Amino acid sequence: MAFEPIKYYQTGTFTVGNRLLPPELRTVQADVRRTNSLNSGHRACQGCGEALGARYAIDAAMNATDKQLVAANATGCLEVFSTPYPETSWQIPWIHSLFGNTAAVATGIAAAMKAKGRRDVRVIAQGGDGGTTDIGFGCLSGMFERNDDVLYICYDNEAYMNTGVQRSSATPPAARTATTSTGNVFGQGKNVPAIAIAHGIAYVATATIAELHDLEAKVRRAMEFRGARYIHIFVSCPLGWGHASEASVHIARLAKETGIFPVYQAEHGEIVSVSKIRRRRPVEDYLKPQRRFAHLFSPKVNTEAIARIQAMADRNIRKYGLTED
Amino acid sequence: MLKQLEGSRAVAEAVALARPEVICAYPISPQTHIVEALGEIVASGELAPCEFINVESEFAAMSVAIGASAAGARAYTATASQGLLYMAEALFNASGLGLPIVMTVANRAIGAPINIWNDHTDSMSQRDCGWIQLFAENNQEALDLHLQAFRLAEELSLPVMVCMDGFILTHAYERVDMPTQAQVDAYLPPFMPRQVLDPAEPVSIGAMVGPEAFTEVRYLAHVKQMQALELIPAWSSEFRKAFARDAGGLVRPYRLEGADTVVLALGSVLGTIKDTVDELRERGQRIGVLGVSCFRPWPHAAVREMLAGAKRVVVLEKSLAVGVGGIVSTNVRTALTGRAVPVYDVIAGLGGRPITKASLARVFADAAKGNLELTTFLDLDRPTVDKVLAREREMRRSGPIAETVLRLRQ
Repeated sequence: MAFEPIKYYQTGTFTVGNRLLPPELRTVQADVRRTNSLNSGHRACQGCGEALGARYAIDAAMNATDKQLVAANATGCLEVFSTPYPETSWQIPWIHSLFGNTAAVATGIAAAMKAKGRRDVRVIAQGGDGGTTDIGFGCLSGMFERNDDVLYICYDNEAYMNTGVQRSSATPPAARTATTSTGNVFGQGKNVPAIAIAHGIAYVATATIAELHDLEAKVRRAMEFRGARYIHIFVSCPLGWGHASEASVHIARLAKETGIFPVYQAEHGEIVSVSKIRRRRPVEDYLKPQRRFAHLFSPKVNTEAIARIQAMADRNIRKYGLTED
Repeated sequence: MLKQLEGSRAVAEAVALARPEVICAYPISPQTHIVEALGEIVASGELAPCEFINVESEFAAMSVAIGASAAGARAYTATASQGLLYMAEALFNASGLGLPIVMTVANRAIGAPINIWNDHTDSMSQRDCGWIQLFAENNQEALDLHLQAFRLAEELSLPVMVCMDGFILTHAYERVDMPTQAQVDAYLPPFMPRQVLDPAEPVSIGAMVGPEAFTEVRYLAHVKQMQALELIPAWSSEFRKAFARDAGGLVRPYRLEGADTVVLALGSVLGTIKDTVDELRERGQRIGVLGVSCFRPWPHAAVREMLAGAKRVVVLEKSLAVGVGGIVSTNVRTALTGRAVPVYDVIAGLGGRPITKASLARVFADAAKGNLELTTFLDLDRPTVDKVLAREREMRRSGPIAETVLRLRQ
């Protein structure tokens, strides 16, 4: 992996200050020449993880492609908050077609560019978890299987947030949504990064908005490949998850540090690197600050459910080798 | 050049002459031979540059075409029946975005019960999706309409559906006159998109529009279709000049002089109707035919004008608006608003039922005598229907409808 392991932490936060790094290791976002692809003035909620993830991902992609980038966008929060016509936050050529066809639209754009001999123009498809793991899944799998030259980015906030927080196939067990009022069932859910890897595509990565250097590096790495690629970004949603808007990055970090959300890279069907957990935490630390899990702690503690979630995190840690030992 | 070709092959060769840059292929009978043939043509290198993409569904086929068209490529696909319905959401999207995609619909019934044979239920179900809908009478016209379709689509920035009867045309071997590449290149200029995804000039396509402008956007789509009513006849005559034959246009009159009864229809059944009308004319009946080549936009004025002398109109249509009757006939009645002319629906050929000259002659004679109900189902097996209804009255658990019909048939 062409990414420098992070060594300098600001005490207590694990956030690396760009100013502590040599210029070549600083984020694209820290550079005054950043493209502001998703420009300010959009209508995302305060603390929106998706807006943060998209901003870093797309600017990194612009940086990696010499600004020869086109994006197709699924219906959802990202689409709605960025383009209340006639305003648009997008500084790149951007198309929204439907909720469930974004991967296919991107395939069409890539095909057109190929037919026109514009191999320099790279194509991104992006959507939320609903548009990716549910309604857009057929088109996504088709795009993977054909190995179309598209990078698909899923911003996973684990429910249908744009319509008011309904369960998706990415909603975790026990989470309360508008359609799982007593908490989502266990034993279900769809692990799309693993399914992407199973397609044997060139590049699959997971990332969180807590590690933005890592996210940028993965976008850059993805752009070194041709063919189908997939990045699944864990993006917190203060509104849907019920946490403080300033806690978005913190919550995302806890998802990784508990083992709830494994962060790794895979190339051609094999996992090639994992981001290790720095300081392992029990899942309660992740669950407690979120109102969607409040029913696990009050009026009485649901030890059984918490134990099952802990077991899932432990399984991730074993399966992906997320700790140093 | 004259060739003896299967209809699907003829269409595929014509589409290839139009130099599409992206073709999306998904199999569904009776359309499959078209994309198979195009796949061969692309693989042979005859059509280049062209990306031929085997998609995983019709929804993806239309979506890939949307992406390709928005990126400035000439995009084509073909489908039928369930496939057309599966892409319904994307059909509205393509027209709403103003993307000039051309698609062949090899007309086929819609299930349930599943039925692979010809009728017009599929494209009629999408009549309001914002696409222009052209109907071919024979394979030559199917071929020619595709060339006109690309021109029309790109001039108006609207998608065009060329409808041709599944099996009856797609699988029929007929003589066709295949134009040369030079002729087609002279007729069809390169695609110059009105909007394009271009890193040099970034635009946002397909963003949300609220009540403040949605009506105007929809109205503009309507205006464009109204413009098509002007352009289609003009281009049809231009086509005649370039290729020395007639194709397309809005409506096609046949023996309307002095006709009291006018039979109106779309597609390949016009051949059988014309043969029947020829025979009836020989027997002295005052009957003529009006073929409708362009169903969307609906040519109100042309239909009204052509039916000026009619004392009655028989609309023979291969589709049924369940609970209403005819679909085409409803449009015809609108065109005849204010005139006291009876318009009879004759629903015929559903799910591939043969439409014979004998049955047509009978129903036209009944119409002439005023003995026809406003909605008639040609060759309906009424006794079987009555038996099924009786069985349903007798027993609650009467079983699957289609199976019951088949078992109770004589």
